[in-house]
Amino acid sequence: MAGVPTRELVLAWLDEVKDPEVPVLSVVELGVVRDAVVSADGTVTVTVTPTYSGCPAMRVIEEAIRDELLLRGLPRVTVRTVFTPAWTTDWIPESARAKLEAYGIAPPGRAIVEEALVPLRRANGTPRCPYCKSARTELRSEFGSTACKSLCWCADCRQPFEMFKAI
Amino acid sequence: MSTPHPALFEALLRLGDDRLVLGHRTSEWCGHAPILEEDIALANLALDLIGQANLLLEYAGAVEGAGRDQDALAYFREAIEFRNALMCELPKGDYAVTIARHFLHGVFSVLQWDALSSSTDATIAGIAAKALKESRYHVRHAGEWMIRLGDGTDESHRRAQDAVNLLWPFTGELFMPCSDDAELAAAGVTADVSSFEAKWRETIDDVMLRATLTVPEGAWMQRGGREGRHTEHLGHMLAEMQIVARSHPGAQW
Repeated sequence: MAGVPTRELVLAWLDEVKDPEVPVLSVVELGVVRDAVVSADGTVTVTVTPTYSGCPAMRVIEEAIRDELLLRGLPRVTVRTVFTPAWTTDWIPESARAKLEAYGIAPPGRAIVEEALVPLRRANGTPRCPYCKSARTELRSEFGSTACKSLCWCADCRQPFEMFKAI
Repeated sequence: MSTPHPALFEALLRLGDDRLVLGHRTSEWCGHAPILEEDIALANLALDLIGQANLLLEYAGAVEGAGRDQDALAYFREAIEFRNALMCELPKGDYAVTIARHFLHGVFSVLQWDALSSSTDATIAGIAAKALKESRYHVRHAGEWMIRLGDGTDESHRRAQDAVNLLWPFTGELFMPCSDDAELAAAGVTADVSSFEAKWRETIDDVMLRATLTVPEGAWMQRGGREGRHTEHLGHMLAEMQIVARSHPGAQW
C-alpha cells in the first residue's frame, strides 16, 4: 500500500467493525477500542478493553479488528488488551445511543455507583420504551440475553424489550 | 512478569479459584432455575465469575512462570491444589442456598475488589476495578432475593433461614488471613481480608434485618480450603468440570 495511514484513518476503518451481539454499534462507538498507534513501518497496535470480564464476544471482536485492518492492506496488526480505565457505558456517545434505541434496545442511563450495596430504590429510573416511547416501563430482570443487557417490559405497548445495562 | 513469585501466585489462586469454583457451581443451574428470568440471571452470574477467574488464573500462570496458562490451572490441577474457600464448593442446594451463598460471598467480593482496585500491582488493580462493577450488581440481585425470600412466605422464610444457618460456619474462612499474604498486603499488592470484615458484617446485618432473618451466633468456623484441605464435594465437582479437557488434552475449538 502507498504510505502509512494516519491514526484517524485507522480509527475510521475500525468504526466499520460492528459488535457481533449488538450489530448497530461499532467497536469504536462501544468504547472497546481505546486507541490505535501506527508506527513508521505501518505496524498498527490497537488497544482494546473488555466490556465484561466474561464477555464471550471479546475474542471475536479482536479477530474482526485484525481482519479488518489486514484487509485494508496493513502489514502487521497487534491487538493489546488493557483493563484500566475500566470500561463504562458512559463512553457511548449520544449518536450511538440513538442508534441503539432505533434498533429496539433502550440505551443505558448514566453509570451511577449507588452508596448502598442493596438499595431500597434504584438510582436510575427505567428507560422509555424503544418501540412506543412510553415512560410506563418496568425492569423485569437486571439480566438479559447477553452480559450487557437487562430485561424490561412496557405497560403501554405490552412488549418486553432489552436495555443496555449502565455500568 | 519474568521473576516467579510464589506468594503472589498463591494469592492469585485464592482470588481466581473462589470465582472459578463458585462460577461452576452457579452454572449448574443452567436450565434448572425456578423461573426463566433467574435461569438467565444465574447464567450471567456464572459467566462473570468464570470470566474473572479466567483473567486471574491467566495472570497467576504468568506469575508462576512455569508455562501454565489459565486452562492448565483450571483443568489440570487436583482438588488439594485448589485454594478456594470451602463455601464456594458446597453443592448448589436449593434456590435459597444458592442466593444466600451469592449474597454472603458477593458482599465479600465487592469489598475485596474495592480494596484491590488500588493495588500497587497494575494488573490486579485493573481486573479488580472491572470485577467490582460486576460484583456490585451481583450483590444487588442476591440481596433483593434475600429480602424477598426471607420476608416472603413461611416456606421461603424457612428455606432462607436454613440456608443462612448452613452457610454461616463457612463465612469465617473468608476473613482468615493467610501467612504468605502478610508481606504482599503490607506492600499494597493484595488486601488484608480481615480489614473489611466489620464492613461486611454491617452490610450482612442490614439486609438480614430487612429480610427478617437471624444470623446464627457462636458458630464454629470451618476452614481448610485456602490450604487445599477441601470437603468431599470439590473432587466430585472437578471430575465433572475437568473431564472434557482431560479426555481431549490440547483440543481446540
